[in-house]
Amino acid sequence: MADEERQPSALIGVLLTLGHIVTSALQRLGYATRFLIMLLRWSGQSFRRLHLTIREIYFSGFQSLLIIMVSGLFIGMVLGMQGYDTLQRYGSAEALGVLVALSLVRELGPVVAALLFASRAGSSITAEIGLMKTTEQLMAMDMMAVNPIARVVAPRFWGGVLSMPLLAALFSATGVFGGYLIGVVFIGVDNGAFWSQMQASVDFRYDVWSGIVKSFVFGIAVSLIAVFEGYDAEPTAEGVSSSIKSTVVKSALAILALDFVLTSFMFREAG
Amino acid sequence: MSRKTLELWVGCFVALGFAAILFLALKVGNLSAANFAETYQVSAKFANIGGLKVRAPVKSAGVVVGRVSEIYFDAQTYEAVAVLTLDNRYHFPKDTFALILTAGLLGEQYIGLDPGGDEKMLAAGDTIAKTQSAVVLEKLISQFMFNKASEGPGNN
Repeated sequence: MADEERQPSALIGVLLTLGHIVTSALQRLGYATRFLIMLLRWSGQSFRRLHLTIREIYFSGFQSLLIIMVSGLFIGMVLGMQGYDTLQRYGSAEALGVLVALSLVRELGPVVAALLFASRAGSSITAEIGLMKTTEQLMAMDMMAVNPIARVVAPRFWGGVLSMPLLAALFSATGVFGGYLIGVVFIGVDNGAFWSQMQASVDFRYDVWSGIVKSFVFGIAVSLIAVFEGYDAEPTAEGVSSSIKSTVVKSALAILALDFVLTSFMFREAG
Repeated sequence: MSRKTLELWVGCFVALGFAAILFLALKVGNLSAANFAETYQVSAKFANIGGLKVRAPVKSAGVVVGRVSEIYFDAQTYEAVAVLTLDNRYHFPKDTFALILTAGLLGEQYIGLDPGGDEKMLAAGDTIAKTQSAVVLEKLISQFMFNKASEGPGNN
């Protein structure tokens, strides 16, 4: 009897684990969706006390300025150097502006800015909310008839959503400046050709606007993941630390997957 | 930190962000140059459009005067039809010549307009009669080879 049961038990064990993973993932997804609906429902109330959202824009947007702009500058400079190295082999070094601007505005600006934002601001939002939950501050608010979603979660969410497109635009702009610095000032590509070829190839609605829309979507994804992971954290030191880890990992994966989906929709007829 | 200073910094941040978007729109992008307010459309038929693409510029004397807004195949005449959206400020004579040209050696292809001498101007919906197709490299090479072969080794 025991032998007969042992034979399929390995298979059943695997299936059991698989089933558990899928159902718990689905359950969390459903919980996150309900959380988002609650968040949107209470957003109106949090906007009535706008200074809460402004405070969060300061913490997640303004304080990320330095890392975003420095990274943008360096990525632009690296693009300028590597792009020049390849382009000059084909005698078209003047196209450097196009290369730097298009890669920044379409892809690198929104994606890298969102990745930096997730690790700089997203993780700190998760840590803050997670610790508030651990020290029972959220529960205390609930007891005082202050809705923690309206008071704590929604301002952080909207602060992130509103900051993200501005940070991505700043990233792209400093990146283009970095490319200009290397290409025109140090290497000596013609200044006029650099800008005019860039302007001829970068379309506002097609390229710049798509980048802004992308960064807006990334902002929603990163902010939602950050506040949800914090709100859903296990109220222990270990639980908060694992929530922060999972914010960074999930944000990065969500950004890259969403970028693929958005790019394939936006630039399908690219050429 | 008092609420005033905080709001000041946030204001700086938002202003900086919008300045960056403006920079991307005006200096990096073409919002300042190629945003034609009023346009009219004419079409041109080509035997071969080569690598011409939608959104390619239409230039006259090197100045961008419009864009290619649509390209389709005319099954009746077996020709490619390019619809050109031109800036309403510029009007061209009826016998204008439309050529497909290449910017640089390996650059993108664009349509060049050589104005003719006709008194009448092209109106919206007109078709440009005189066109020159794109240069196809293979044809050029085969022509060159053919000429070389017909010269023959004995002639030299």
